[in-house]
Order: sequence, then structure tokens, then C-alpha cells
Amino acid sequence: MEILYFFAKTGFYATALVTLAAAILVVTLRNLFHCALALILSLLGVAVTYLYLKAEFLAIIQILLYIGAIMTLLIFAIMLTHRLTDRSVSQTNRQSLPAFALLAVFNIFFIASLAAVPWKINSASLAAKIDTQALGAFLMGPYVFPFEIISIVLIIALVGAVILGRTDQ
Amino acid sequence: MTPIPLNHFVIFSLFLFSIGLYGTLTRRNVIGILMGIELMLNAANINLIAFSRYISPNPETGQIFVIFVIVLAACAAAVGLAIVLAMYQNRKTVQAEDIHILKW
Amino acid sequence: MAYAYLIPVFPFIAFLIIIFNGKRLKHQSAAIAIGGSLLAAAVSTVVILNTLKGATYSHTFEWIRIGTFSLNFGILIDPLTAMMLFVVTYVGSMIFIYSVGYMHEDPRFSRFFAYLSLFMASMLGLVLSSHYVQLFIFWELVGLCSYFLIGFWFEKPSAAKAGMKAFITTKIGDVGFLIGLFLLFTCAGTLQFKDFTPEFLAAKTQAGGGLFALAAILIFAGACGKSAQFPLHVWLPDAMEGPTPVSALIHAATMVAAGVYLVARSFVLFAQFPQALEVVAVIGTITAFMAAFIALTATDIKKVLAYSTISQLGYMMAALGLGGFSAGTFHLMTHAFFKALLFLGAGSVIHGTQTQDLREMGGLFPRMKITSLTFLVAALAISGVPPLSGFFSKDEILLTAYESGSRVIFLILLVTSFMTAFYMFRLFVLAFLGKPRKKIHAHESPAVMTVPLSVLALFSAVLGIPGSPYWNHWFQGFIHGGHAQEIHVNLFVVKCSVAAAFSGIALAVILYRFLPKVPEWLAKIFKPLYLVSYNKFWLDELYQLIFIGPFKKISQLLFRFDAVIVDGAVNQSAVQTVNLSALKNWFDQHIVDGTVNGVAWITQRMSRILRKLQTGLIQNYLLILLLGLLFTIVIGFYR
Repeated sequence: MEILYFFAKTGFYATALVTLAAAILVVTLRNLFHCALALILSLLGVAVTYLYLKAEFLAIIQILLYIGAIMTLLIFAIMLTHRLTDRSVSQTNRQSLPAFALLAVFNIFFIASLAAVPWKINSASLAAKIDTQALGAFLMGPYVFPFEIISIVLIIALVGAVILGRTDQ
Repeated sequence: MTPIPLNHFVIFSLFLFSIGLYGTLTRRNVIGILMGIELMLNAANINLIAFSRYISPNPETGQIFVIFVIVLAACAAAVGLAIVLAMYQNRKTVQAEDIHILKW
Repeated sequence: MAYAYLIPVFPFIAFLIIIFNGKRLKHQSAAIAIGGSLLAAAVSTVVILNTLKGATYSHTFEWIRIGTFSLNFGILIDPLTAMMLFVVTYVGSMIFIYSVGYMHEDPRFSRFFAYLSLFMASMLGLVLSSHYVQLFIFWELVGLCSYFLIGFWFEKPSAAKAGMKAFITTKIGDVGFLIGLFLLFTCAGTLQFKDFTPEFLAAKTQAGGGLFALAAILIFAGACGKSAQFPLHVWLPDAMEGPTPVSALIHAATMVAAGVYLVARSFVLFAQFPQALEVVAVIGTITAFMAAFIALTATDIKKVLAYSTISQLGYMMAALGLGGFSAGTFHLMTHAFFKALLFLGAGSVIHGTQTQDLREMGGLFPRMKITSLTFLVAALAISGVPPLSGFFSKDEILLTAYESGSRVIFLILLVTSFMTAFYMFRLFVLAFLGKPRKKIHAHESPAVMTVPLSVLALFSAVLGIPGSPYWNHWFQGFIHGGHAQEIHVNLFVVKCSVAAAFSGIALAVILYRFLPKVPEWLAKIFKPLYLVSYNKFWLDELYQLIFIGPFKKISQLLFRFDAVIVDGAVNQSAVQTVNLSALKNWFDQHIVDGTVNGVAWITQRMSRILRKLQTGLIQNYLLILLLGLLFTIVIGFYR
């Protein structure tokens, strides 16, 4: 058993590393199409991370919605604007160095302060099993109002997107 | 049998967030900026689930909120990309620095 | 009867529809107005039928609350209201229909019907009111409509002036009315009609009721203005400048009767104070006699009828003043029908002959048979020939006068009755009999005008029956709220009345039909009297001399004062202002502007530097945002 946990833990760190590496590729590659592919990998890594947090339903959602839908949208956009992606020009602007510096400070500061936080781990929550059915009950139960609101927002956004995307004007 | 420490998730999400933010700050292409934003949203999602799993007495809240965030991300992507296409049609550019009429 | 509030609502809706769509509706607006009035008539009929069964209805709601006092408006339906509803909706509907023919060619056809509908709504609101203040509001509204409609052909200066004269003259009475209401409220503490019971008044006036009597007389002043009683009657003849249906509806049948209605409505109050009743009786009698006397010599067909209206209103007032509540109201109802008929007949004549001058008419009978016959019915009715409606109502007034013991008033009213018959048949003979005095292409009016005439003629003929001895004086019992009234028929009075009527008719027919020279000869012999009548007692001139002339003089004096002293002061101050302004101008240009420009210059310089911060690049802003966030976190952490 111990060895299984060891492998499992190792698997998490490996996933995290792959995810971060893919993310770095997303923000540095010159070819936008390649960026999109790296983003898929990164999002897949996040989905696996969800599995480690015992959120199976969300892992599936992550794959379906992000990798299935949002990425498709992105790739569409990339291809529709493809003619302009001139690879001889740098894909990053002039503020990459200050941005990097700021973020480095941010991260160092954050990690340093994290170590000092004494988290109170709630073991009951940690062990709790939340399956899709339970989530559905919650969504339709205490969270039904935000759920309805979010569907209205989605409709409005989609209608807005359609209006924005129309060409015949 | 000890679980993965909470801090590791947090640091993972912190890195992911920083990378996304870096992309958002430095990309010249608007679509690239959108990708950075998607990374940041994912980092936030990891945080939400991790904290609700480890600390909150109601472990489902984080997951519910992540569902909402994913929907909002879809909205953002749809609207954002529609804007990108409209911009492309009207101004023949998808470079962020060409769109600076916000000045004055 | 809770739906009674709908009665004024229908015409008001018609008014709203027409006034906002007049241009588009054109002649359809008549249909809407008639529909509104017919619906009102239908609802009124239901209400009246309920009232006939003895039901009364009153409903109030709070309109305004001031401290502990609350102003309650509402609806009050009793026999008096029911009678007025009957008159207003039935006569009104007939006149609406008639107007379609009469106004057919008018370019402002729609607007005419809009005003008529508004008038109808206001008048119905007036009779349904349960509170003096509410009544006053509608009272002013009908006055306003009257003003609109008298001046309907405002291109004619005389019409515009007549409208103003009517408005201002009635306002004089209304001021009295308003003061009377204030006084009444101060004394009684309420203005609800139903609060004024004999017991209530008796309790209130134990310590002396002088103020109450004064209030009653002031309220009567309002009624004087509205009902054209002496000395405020001068507006009504001029009001004939309006279209004839208006004269019929407003200035004969309904609005002028509002004054009588007001006195009848306040009858409990008047009855408590003999002094107030006396004033009413005397004014009414004077008006009745004087107007009839003027009508003898008037040559304009509508003017004759106008003076006749004044005279008959005087009759009603006299009846009320002598304590004959049922007599006054009964005459109000019958008069509304036959006087509306007379006016509509006159309108038909004017429509057919294009003239209003009696001296130009004559011999219309063969050409306008329906008009002539209906007019004859009305003339007989107003003259008091039995068994037409006017006979019974007038007879009861004479009876009241006779039994009141005031022989002078009785005699004057009897003479007036004789004169009424005389001038009506003078009018009839001059207009319809004999030969045409001028070449007039007279023609009968269309059916839309003659049918209402016939209907009104029917009513004029039979409406007296309910108040006659044959029906055991049913009407009088009804109007008194179901208490059967003991009325002893006095044959002497009946004989006098009939004799007066027939002698007047006979004299008029003989003089004007067979001996046309005699009237001129008589006019020469009784020249002073003739002149008094012809010049309407010189009342207009008197008012001109006493009120309007001095008023103009004072105005001129004030104008001089204005021109010399006020204007001088104003001009002087203007000059000083200009001088001061020149000084201020310099100060402004050099010091204030200099400061402002300097500030602007500095701002501009600074802006040129600062605007470099605004790159317009969203990512740049985001970076700064991140920097700021970092600072905030760090500061927050190490605080």
C-alpha cells in the first residue's frame, strides 16, 4: 500500500511539473498554434490535479469544456486571424523583463509567507466523498439561485458574442 | 498514508497563476492574452478546490464555485474571441498595442 | 349602484380619445362622443330606475387629509341627482346627435365634440358630487367648457369677447360662492351634503345663524352667476355667439340649471334662514320679469330664447325662494327639455335660412314642417298651455307663489307668464307664419337633426304628467324622497295661468299675424318702455359706466404712474448698472480672466507631462496594477 501512495504522490508532482512546463510553453512559444497545443496539455494536467483532489466530475468537466469547447474556440480564432501572425516579429512586448521581475518578487514573497501559515486541516472534509449525484443535489438545492443566474449570464454572453461576431453591417 | 500537503497545491497554483499573468502581461497577440487568462482561471480553480477539500467544513462549495467559474470562463472566451474577430474585421489587427485609442 | 361613478367616466374617455386623435378621427369623433353619452345615459337609466324604487346611494373616499380633517369626495345619488342625471344624459344625447347635422361643415368638428364630451363629463360629475368642494371643482370645469364653446368660433371677435364676458361675469359669482363655502366651513366644520340636515343646522345655529345666512346668500351669488340671475345675467345673451347646440345644451338645458341645482341641493340650508330665501325669491322674480320684458323686443331669434331662458331660470329661483322645492326642480326638468327643443328648433331654422334675424324670416312653415311643428309644441309648452309639460310645472310655481301669501310676487310672475306666451308667439308668428320678408332659400334640416327634435318634442309634451294631479303629484313625492306631498289644486290659480297663456298667445297672433302695423304704432306710443326693453335696461352700459369705465381710468392712471415714476426709477438704475458694469468688465478682463488663464496655462503644462503616463496599452495598465497590488500586500503584511 505504501508503495502505491508513493507512486501516487510521485504522479502528482510529475503532473504538476508537466503542467507548469506546458504553461511556460504557452506563454513563450512564437507560433500561436503551438501555444494552443501546449495549453491543451496544461489544462489536461489541471484535470489530473482535480483527480488528486477527488473532484472527478470536475476533471471530466475540465476536459469537456476547456479542452473540448474553449480550446476549439481559441483554435478557430487563431486560424481565422492566421494571416496576420508574422513569425519574424517578436510575440512578446517590451515589458517582459519588468513583468518577470515583479512576478518573481511576488512569488518569493508569497512562498515565504505561505510557510508561516498554520493551516487547520479538516480531516472530515478531506475524507468526504462527493460524487456527481451529490454535486447535482447541491446545485439544484442550496445553490439553485446562483445556478439560474449563471445560466442567464451564459445566454446573454452567447447572444452578445453572436451580435459581436456578425459581419453584415 | 499522509495526503499531499495543502501548500504544495497552493504553490502549484501560484506558479500556474504567475505564468498565466506573465503571458497576459507580455503577449502582443490578443489571443495569447486570452490564453494567459485561461491559465490564471485554472490556477484559481485549483486553489478553490484544494482549500475547500482541505479546510472548509463543506467540501462541495469549492467544486460548485469551480463549475460557475468554468461557465464564466466559457462566457469570457466566447465574448472575448468574438471581440477579437470583430476587431480583426474592422481594424485588420489582433495586436494589443495597436489598440491604444484608450489614450486621452 | 356602485357603478354610478362610471357615468361621467364614459364621456370623459370619449373626450380623451377625441382630443388626442381629433385630426385622424374627423367625423368618427361624433360617433365616439355619442357613444360616450349614450353609455352614460344607459348607466344613468339603471341608476334612475333604482332610485325610483326608493334606493339612495352614497359612497365617499378620502381625498386629502389635513391634520385631523379629511376631505372626503364621493358620489351621492338621491332623487334630485337622479332627476339631473335624467335631464343631462337624455337631453345631452339628443343634442349630441343633433350636432352631427348642425356642425357637419365645421372645420373643427372633432374639437367641438371633444368639448361637448368634456362638458358632459363635468356636468355629470357636478350632479353626482357629494361634497361642496367637489361640486365647486366640476362647477368651474363646466364654466371652462362653456368658455371654450361660446368662443368656439374664435375667429369672430364678438365670439371671443362673449366667451370672456361669460367667464368673467360668472367668476364674479364664483368668488362669492367660494367665500360662502369658506364661511360655511368655518361655521359648520363640514361641507358634505349629507351632513346638512335640519337637525344639524338647528343645533349649530342656536347661538345665532347670521353667518350661516350670509354663507347661504354668498352661495346663492355663485348660483346667480351660473344661472344668469339679475344682476349677473348679462353674459347669457352674449353667450349666444356659440354654436346653437351649445346654446341648447349648456346655456339652456343643463349648465345654467346648475345654479338652480345648487340652490336646490343646499335647500335645507336656505330653508333654515328666511332672509336667505327671501333674497332668492326676490332676485328670481326680478330676473323673471326683467328678462321677459327684454325678450318682448329682441329681434335675434337666439337672443329671444336666451332672455326667455333667463326668465324661466328666474321662475325656478323664485319658486325655490318661496319654499317650493318640488316646484322649482320640476320646472327645471320640464324647462330643460322644451328649452333645448326651442334652441334646437332655432338652430334648425338658422341652419336652413342662414340668418338669425327674425325680421328677415317668415313663412317658414310650409318649407320646414317638422321643425315648425316641434317648435310649436315647445312654444306651447313654455307658454303654459295645458296639458303640455310647461303648464303643470309653471302652474305649480304660481301656486307656490299664491300660497306663500306674497301677492306682489304672484302678480309679477303671472304677468311674466303672460309676457312669456306673448314673446314666444311673436317669435313663432314672425319666423314661421306669414310671407317671407326676404328671399331666403329655406330647406328642412336632415333627419339627424329632426329626429332629436321629435324626441324632445315628445318629452316636452308628456313630461308634465308625472307631476300633475292625474298622477297624484307623483313627481313631487319622488323628489322629496318618497314622502307623498299634499298639494291642493287651486282652480283660481289654474284659471289665471291659463288665461295669461291664452291671452298672450292670442294677442301675439293678432298683433303680428293680422295687424302688423300695430306693434310699430305701439312702440311709438310707449317709446320709453320700448327703449327700456330694447336696450335691455341699459345694464350693459351701466356696468360699462360704473365698473369697466372707472376701472379703465384707474388703469390709465396707474399706467402714467408706471411710465413716469416706476420706469424712471428702472431706467435710472439701468444707467447706474451700465456704469458699474463697465468697471466690473475691466476687473473681469484683467484680473479674473488673468487668473483663470494662468491656472489654465499651468494645468496645460502639467498635463503635457502627466499625459505620458497614459499609454493606452491595456497590458501596461495591468502591469502597474500588479505593482500596486504587490505594494498593498507587502504593506498590509508588514504593517
